Amino acid sequence: MRNDVRLEKITKRFGQVTAVNALDITINEGECFSMLGPSGCGKTTTLRMLAGFEDIDEGEIRVGDRIFSSKARNYYLPPEKRDFGMVFQAFAVWPHLTVFDNVAFPLQIRGMPKHEIAEKTKRALAYTNLMTVENSYPNELSGGAKQRIALARAIAINPTVMLLDEPLSNLDPKLREEMRFEIKDLQRKLGFTIVFVTHDQAEAMALSDRILVMRDGVVQQIDAPLTVYDKPSNRFVFSFIGLSNFIPVEITDNKVYVKGQGQAGEIRVGLPAASAFKKPVLAFRPSDVQMGDDGEVRGIVTRRAYLGDIVDYRIMAGDVEVRVQSGARRSHYQVGDSCSLSVGKYHWYEED
Amino acid sequence: MNNVRRLGVAELLLVLSIFILVVVVAVPILLIFGNAFITDDGFNLKTVIQLLSQPDTYKALKNSLVIAAGVTLLSTIIGVFFAWLVSRTDLPFKGTMKLLFLIPFMLPSFIGALAWKILLSPRSGYVNKLFMNLFGLEEPLFNIYTLTGIIIVESMYLFPFVFIQVSGAMERMDPTLEEAARISGAGLLTITRRITLPLMLPSIAAGALLVALYSLSHFGVPAILGTEVGIYNIPTKIYEKIYQSAGSFESIRTGTILSSILVTTAAIILYIQSLVLKSGRFQVISGKSMRPMLIKLRGLKIPLLLLSIVYIAITVLLPTVTIILVGTLKTYGLAISPENMTINNLKYILFDWDLTRDSIWNSFYLSLSAAFVTMLVGSLISYVIVKMKVRGKFILEFLGVLPFSIPGTVIALGVILMWSGRFGINLYNTAWIIFVAYIARYMAFSLKSNSAALEQVHDSLEEAARACGARHWQALRDIVIPLIRPGMVAAFFLIFLPALRELTTSVLLYGPHTRTLGVAIYALNEDGETVYAATLATVALVIIVLGQMLIKRVTRGKEESLNA
Repeated sequence: MRNDVRLEKITKRFGQVTAVNALDITINEGECFSMLGPSGCGKTTTLRMLAGFEDIDEGEIRVGDRIFSSKARNYYLPPEKRDFGMVFQAFAVWPHLTVFDNVAFPLQIRGMPKHEIAEKTKRALAYTNLMTVENSYPNELSGGAKQRIALARAIAINPTVMLLDEPLSNLDPKLREEMRFEIKDLQRKLGFTIVFVTHDQAEAMALSDRILVMRDGVVQQIDAPLTVYDKPSNRFVFSFIGLSNFIPVEITDNKVYVKGQGQAGEIRVGLPAASAFKKPVLAFRPSDVQMGDDGEVRGIVTRRAYLGDIVDYRIMAGDVEVRVQSGARRSHYQVGDSCSLSVGKYHWYEED
Repeated sequence: MNNVRRLGVAELLLVLSIFILVVVVAVPILLIFGNAFITDDGFNLKTVIQLLSQPDTYKALKNSLVIAAGVTLLSTIIGVFFAWLVSRTDLPFKGTMKLLFLIPFMLPSFIGALAWKILLSPRSGYVNKLFMNLFGLEEPLFNIYTLTGIIIVESMYLFPFVFIQVSGAMERMDPTLEEAARISGAGLLTITRRITLPLMLPSIAAGALLVALYSLSHFGVPAILGTEVGIYNIPTKIYEKIYQSAGSFESIRTGTILSSILVTTAAIILYIQSLVLKSGRFQVISGKSMRPMLIKLRGLKIPLLLLSIVYIAITVLLPTVTIILVGTLKTYGLAISPENMTINNLKYILFDWDLTRDSIWNSFYLSLSAAFVTMLVGSLISYVIVKMKVRGKFILEFLGVLPFSIPGTVIALGVILMWSGRFGINLYNTAWIIFVAYIARYMAFSLKSNSAALEQVHDSLEEAARACGARHWQALRDIVIPLIRPGMVAAFFLIFLPALRELTTSVLLYGPHTRTLGVAIYALNEDGETVYAATLATVALVIIVLGQMLIKRVTRGKEESLNA
């Protein structure tokens, strides 16, 4: 039997609040699966239930054919028996132990013979490039090195599943990017499954095979990163991943106009499916707008920010503000200039 | 143009602060060492060794060390255990229990000792008598007049030092440090043994060393439980020598030599502490705050709760009730029953007997004025230390924390040497000498509280005021002082309350008309007036409780006004 991670209709309540509501997911063996969402959406709670730090109120958690938590059977396996590797946000390396002892700890707990502990610890240290500092204490080392210790400790027992709780958010941006690749490399070499919690969408995009987007304890979408970005299942996912414009419109005679603009505000886009929305809004990304001199909707540039390879514009089309990002070389418009806008890729959503 | 550099405010403040600290703290302590090692013949080590080889001083030294070691060990075990219980387990009523464990701090240990003497003195102790009558035994249940008795009683009232340090550290510790061990496969007991306790080591050491420092130079408990049967530690030995000879030169010399040993031992203890803390491996920074995982006590829940309650009842409730009840007896030794009780004792000590009445008043105005002055001077010195960029301020830092490690007995001796006429001012037998001693003794408290408050006030706040056109003193008056006022108030109470019940220092300094509350209770007990001692102790307890309530009110009012 494959070691798939199965979360079956799990629910967690804290008093009146339902932190996780009937979550039902399967994480395939060897997959990198990330849980993404704003703080308080239940992603961390889900990971902690999987790790065994939180009880579940309903449902069942299994890895392969091993049951970890089950409400129906009233069964709960404590975290120390689950054989996961886990990396915490604040690293959680033990300051009173050397790097070597930190990494050897899970092996010592399992009562392995000394030479085996030494061998496996050295191997984990080699994987994480910590061989040279094995006798140092963590507080003598940098944040990046501490993160490596945490990683080495997690892979020491060669776990089938690795849990990562926002492991990169305490690092500076450059280091963060580097560590992403290191984690990915380790996964390739060792073949473990990664379950990964983050609020940073770029991180999720870069690392994951599939992304779960959560809001208020409810699943919004589970898909490959590109699908989540290109075909968001609802307005929340669209706005959470990447930048977004939401434009209120009026539809008359099968034509779409920017609200309050009259005939001048016609946008050439396809109509939403008939009667699918009571009050439809048009959604598109700032990079999917073309600026021109004679296009559809007219607007005035009110702000212009030069960001290096792109230019970020705010354009007022009547009362409606539109954010546009276009390549720097083609952006000669200045504040006060008039221009026209035409939309490439777009989505229809219900107005809030 | 005038190129002569005028003395600025900064330099004036620095000079003034150093002057105060030198006169109040440094010179008295230097005088002690000078007196101990330098005689008319110059540097003289021979008489020092001669004196230390006398059996009674040697034994006092040994007792001090034995008591300090025993109290430190016992307090640490009790303190760590209860700290773990209230911050790491699912013990019921944890909040209440935590407050209860802090109460022994409020109970002055010499009053506790008085109560235990009443309960467990070998022949007349109530518990011993009851026990002997019940079982028809000749031997008492427990003789409190022993080293063991002294160690147990001191530990009862000193363990909160460890408890506060360790429970605070356990609550601030990053819970993922323990969770990481759990996910690594360790069970809860293994985690406690291999992760939690080692990480707590610096806090445990800090608490234990405070206890050691305090116990080493503690006067009250050994004086009440030891002197009667000839058990002396260094402070009680010094007191005995000076008291017997009415302050003769020889007795003071003995005192200064013993004091030098105390100071040296204290310095060694502090040095060990700094070594432990400096290793720096133990910083346990907390990440995001989460509920730490709690160890489920399961079947042990109720037994451990009962154990805690019984512990509090025996160490706090029983002594307090004993003091209150015995304080109402017509004669000491009568059975505790309504027909033997009277309110006249209270009336007598409060209104009719000038010795006790004056002692309450003395303690009150001495601690009030000392607290006020120490608070003001402390905030001035702290300002120089924290905010000013002047050379030489490290001298201030050193002088400021010095009294922290100097035992109360030693401060008293230093003050005697300084202010009994040798330098043209004789304050001996006046209230002033106690006043000066209190300032020296409590300056470290004031500096700690004021510095903490000042460090919260970012430099830019004062700079903004200067940029708006305020002069230095205006910025101080309108910006800095209002912001550190809570720290100043805290400093005031941190000094006022302990000074109110002070015994160790004042017992060496009091004159015929300057007995303090602690001295009066102690002297009454010495003279065999146990009932009046208990009555006066009751009054002291009431004053302490009222004082604590006042602090709570004042500090809570502060929080509300800040939140509003």
